[in-house]
Amino acid sequence: MIDILSKRYFYFAFSLLVILPGLILLGTNGLPLSIDFTGGSLIEVQFETGKSLDTTNILTLYEDAGINDAQITTTEIGSLVIRSSFLTNEVRDEILTKMTESSGAEVSIIRFDSVGPSIGKQVASRAALAVGVAALGVIIYITIAFRKVQNAFRYGVCAVIAMIHDVAVVFSVAGIGALFFDWQMDALFLTALLTVIGFSVQDKIVVFDRIRENANLLRKLEYEKLVNHSIVQTLQRSINTQLMTVEFLLLALALFGGITLQEFTVILLVGLLSGTYSSIFVAAPILVLWEKREWTTWFKRKEEAAV
Amino acid sequence: MIRNLTNRIVLIVVVVALALWINFSEDVTVLNPVTDETLFTRNLAPRLGLDLQGGLQVLLEADLPADAKIDPSLMDIARDIVQQRTDALGVNENIIQVAGDRRIVGEFPGLEDTESVLETIQQTGLLEFVDTGDFNPQEGSILVTDYSPTGDAPDLPADGTTVYHTIMTGAELDSISVSQDTAATGYSINFVLKDNGAKIFADHTSANTGKFLTILLDKQVISAPVINDAITGGEGSISGSFTYESANAFGIQLRYGSLPVPLKIVETRIIGPTLGADSLNKSLVAALIGMIIVVLFMTIYYRMPGIVAVISILIYAIVAFALFKWFHFTLSLPGIAGFLLSTGAALDANILIFERIKEELRNGRNLAQSIDQGWTRAWPSIRDSNLSAILTSSILFWFGSTFGATIVKGFSLTLALGVVISLFTAIYVTRTLLVVFLRTFKPQNLERWFGI
Repeated sequence: MIDILSKRYFYFAFSLLVILPGLILLGTNGLPLSIDFTGGSLIEVQFETGKSLDTTNILTLYEDAGINDAQITTTEIGSLVIRSSFLTNEVRDEILTKMTESSGAEVSIIRFDSVGPSIGKQVASRAALAVGVAALGVIIYITIAFRKVQNAFRYGVCAVIAMIHDVAVVFSVAGIGALFFDWQMDALFLTALLTVIGFSVQDKIVVFDRIRENANLLRKLEYEKLVNHSIVQTLQRSINTQLMTVEFLLLALALFGGITLQEFTVILLVGLLSGTYSSIFVAAPILVLWEKREWTTWFKRKEEAAV
Repeated sequence: MIRNLTNRIVLIVVVVALALWINFSEDVTVLNPVTDETLFTRNLAPRLGLDLQGGLQVLLEADLPADAKIDPSLMDIARDIVQQRTDALGVNENIIQVAGDRRIVGEFPGLEDTESVLETIQQTGLLEFVDTGDFNPQEGSILVTDYSPTGDAPDLPADGTTVYHTIMTGAELDSISVSQDTAATGYSINFVLKDNGAKIFADHTSANTGKFLTILLDKQVISAPVINDAITGGEGSISGSFTYESANAFGIQLRYGSLPVPLKIVETRIIGPTLGADSLNKSLVAALIGMIIVVLFMTIYYRMPGIVAVISILIYAIVAFALFKWFHFTLSLPGIAGFLLSTGAALDANILIFERIKEELRNGRNLAQSIDQGWTRAWPSIRDSNLSAILTSSILFWFGSTFGATIVKGFSLTLALGVVISLFTAIYVTRTLLVVFLRTFKPQNLERWFGI
């Protein structure tokens, strides 16, 4: 049987390698929060082919309307995305009319989002609350579902540690995406994040369930071997469910599903992959580490080496 | 392996037939066979989300201090009024819902003329009947009143501005109609008051005959009729130099202008129709490609059980789609993603069971034992993992509904419903079909049929 668990510190290092770069990016550049959370307005417009306005002209239009923080980006399909602080509907109409007048072209609105500043902040704080409630719900649920196993509480905590790992991976991806593809964290990002949390827990439970079952069957086996045994038994299922089916579905959606969903599906893709990875390479190893109280030996080795 | 197999097959066939009927019809009507009366009818036209067909979404919030408690019934009334107002514009298929305790979300799919809708909604219109005594205020002027929607004492200006007493608000109006004056010189507006309003009105008008009863919309004077007689029956009329048009306009203001809670627009989203159509086609194609890969994988890897799982997933999709139609789910891009993910969960249940069956077969059990064991042993993990998925989807749903974030709501609903149906198909349908297949084909070579 393959020995997965003995290399556990290698997996932890690998996880850090994936998580840290993105988180450092987020730390230095700040969270790329969209107007869904900060409040503000976004207009995406498309000008008739051949006739367009310079970004400086558009910025002047905004400044005339009293908005000084407009930012303009061009999309792949040639439309312009203008982000600014909150526009009332009157100001928006005024700006659009002027755009049409000064460009002499048909201006079509592809998208207009406007979120009041107060509501954005509330969404952000409620989202944090939702994640917190979900984490707590998971610990309680697993503790109850595994009440017949020794130290049921540990399973809940390990699931949540792995869940935090997956959240960190998702944030890391978002941070990298923000740098290279101008991604933003919006309501869809939040949906993807919460889904990753949901499926991450689901996956942990499948692996833990096998440990629960084996714990009754193989009472004499050492804990590390027991956990390793359970992981190997569920490995085929993990690969088939995650890689072969769910990831393929998402990959198809990411490749062919059009631009609107791309960011959402890529984040789901990486997040769900991380969810499966962390069941095997984070949650289960931590269970073993906890059982063996390995932290007591972390620093001893160095002392011995010193002697 | 299974008792009462026939019953199971009948149930599955009935469910699939019902689902197919719903999937392929625009509406469902059940007639009484004797009298031909309609017993039941339900429109099943699929509803596309804003992201798929373009349109407008607005989020309205009660324009009151953040800590003010708002009576939920007042929000319901406000919702009804917004609905009536926008219906009057001839906008079809709009959905107006209360979101949380102080917000209303309105969706207008396919809407091109977003401006008129926004304007109509924005005439928030708090209608007040105010006692101005002998003072005849000019139309259009602004008055300060003592009305407070929360029931607390309002903040009154300290600079000596006259504060007028609000006798009642438009919430007390029951119905409004416009009719020609008896002298046929002009038009008047007739109104009927609710019981409580009738009593307030009777008391006030009998004590204040000859005085002005000023009507304010958003604190602005729209009319200041004189009380001619005491109105005790709860019915009265406002006459003046109204033309048909002005009487009608006034009537509409009275009827729909009486929001019990002032509302402001806090969020607007407009999606152009081209973006939507493009996304729909692309994501449907993508979903199809993904499904084909999954079907191929399942068949090649799991052989006969794989084929059974594919049929069972197909049944899952048919049933899920029928339920989405039946409950008028809005089909949106995140909804499609949620559906695909729940398909993944449905497959997961099948895979868990099949892996277990293979394991039991490898351990030397016979086929019947292995299949029974497969289900019994896989069940706890399927149950616990799916319950946790439902737990997190409900947290998502709660989050989505307090903020009128309909995309989040749609996603979590499709996900949760999908998980529930997937439990039914994995536990019930797959098992029944597998037994049917086994009895039909009587496989001997397990290696070839089960891929172990």
